[in-house]
Amino acid sequence: MTEFTSGTLTGKNLHLSFGHNHVLRGIDLHVEKGTTASVIGPSGSGKSTLLRVMNRLIEPDQGDILLDGRSVLKDNPDELRQRIGMVFQQFNLFPHKTVAENISLALRKLRKLPKDQAHAEALDQLDLVGLKHKADARPANLSGGQQQRVAIARALAMKPEVMFFDEATSALDPELVKGVLSLMADLAKGGMTMVVVTHEMGFSRNVSDSVTFMDAGVVVESGPPEQIFTSPATDRLKGFLSDVL
Amino acid sequence: MDTLEQLADTFFNWGAMAEVLPSLIMVGLPNTIILAVSSAVLGSVLGLALALMGISRNAGARWVARIYTDIFRGLPAILVILVIGIGLSPLARELTGSRNPYPLGVLALTLIAAAYIGEIFRSGIQSVEKGQLEASRALGFSYGSSMRLVVVPQGIRRVLPALVNQFIALLKDSSLVFMLGLAASEREIFRIGNDAMANSGNLSPLVAAGLLYLILTVPLTHFVNFIDNRLRTGRPEKKEPDELAAPIGKGAQA
Repeated sequence: MTEFTSGTLTGKNLHLSFGHNHVLRGIDLHVEKGTTASVIGPSGSGKSTLLRVMNRLIEPDQGDILLDGRSVLKDNPDELRQRIGMVFQQFNLFPHKTVAENISLALRKLRKLPKDQAHAEALDQLDLVGLKHKADARPANLSGGQQQRVAIARALAMKPEVMFFDEATSALDPELVKGVLSLMADLAKGGMTMVVVTHEMGFSRNVSDSVTFMDAGVVVESGPPEQIFTSPATDRLKGFLSDVL
Repeated sequence: MDTLEQLADTFFNWGAMAEVLPSLIMVGLPNTIILAVSSAVLGSVLGLALALMGISRNAGARWVARIYTDIFRGLPAILVILVIGIGLSPLARELTGSRNPYPLGVLALTLIAAAYIGEIFRSGIQSVEKGQLEASRALGFSYGSSMRLVVVPQGIRRVLPALVNQFIALLKDSSLVFMLGLAASEREIFRIGNDAMANSGNLSPLVAAGLLYLILTVPLTHFVNFIDNRLRTGRPEKKEPDELAAPIGKGAQA
């Protein structure tokens, strides 16, 4: 994997409500440059919302977001999101564009690269995820695992400083999960700063540097994976682990 | 046999048809096409604006789109054409110095078409999964760019059949501008057929006009079916099994 110019991401006391529904109740999350933080917890605990708040797809009601120690809340949110790549559970590739165009679109329109240069860059990124031969295919003609690897390539092409993964393997058939997870593990080893919301406890335990357990909009427990998985301190985490392991 | 012959003469008097055919094709056809195409293009532009206003986060914009659509979808086309064509003609004369009711006919058809096309576009745009906008915004595109590059193109593609249906309706409704009293060179297919019928006392010119409309609309109808099918089934393309079983790419080697 290529070297990354990754950054340190910090969320401080993040709050978010939808009406009376208090989804995030003061979340702190610190991801050191080049490390991988996984976020685990039951569905509805606010994990996916946390990712969307940290790249300001949803603006937090309260709290601060720091990239390399500097608050980004006053920046243009579109520019912030160019620095944070995101991969979704449902892939969300653009079905009306070819695989290569999915990747080159943002390079052309946002990075202002000329068309041929953007295409060449897209092919390079596809090569990294082993799908260069699919450049001219439509996303619909790819398997789920292939689509997700294209989605990862699309995010990486923007040279992000941080990558978010929102249950990136949850929609995949079991036999396709491994390829995506090992690609993510490669990124982690390559020094990318990553926040991974996941139900894959194996990945969380073996690949991530820190694990954050969320429930009902709060961080219940966080620490190195060894500590979280072998000696959970709270009943809620113990209960969750016994349910999923 | 007398009745049959009489019927044949009423509907299919070849002589009367042949007489009107040159002006149907040389004058009526281009005028109908100009009316239909220009109001289709303008109506699509205005319709897209209405659709985007209709899904806007700005309540004022939503209201304007809603009220506009209710009014122009709720009125008979012929009423709108008369009201605009007659009501605005002094204003148009003052502004352009022309008595030509043609532009006002196009305007009326455009305003009506926009209301329908706006609803078609809106339903298409709203049918695009939320994740598409989210993914585009996550890449760093603004809301406007995301709509323009990702959401709207997909939405429009989905409603192409409905859109072409609307164009067919527009082509037929363009005949209603005859109410505005057009000069001889401005008359469209229906008016020419109608005039010839009145002059000759024979219905056949109107039948000829009808056949000309069918020549225009039937291929469009089949075009709708074609794109509808294509959209449903997609271009036939070979699906390959995932190669993940074989170690491909660095991801699989870890």
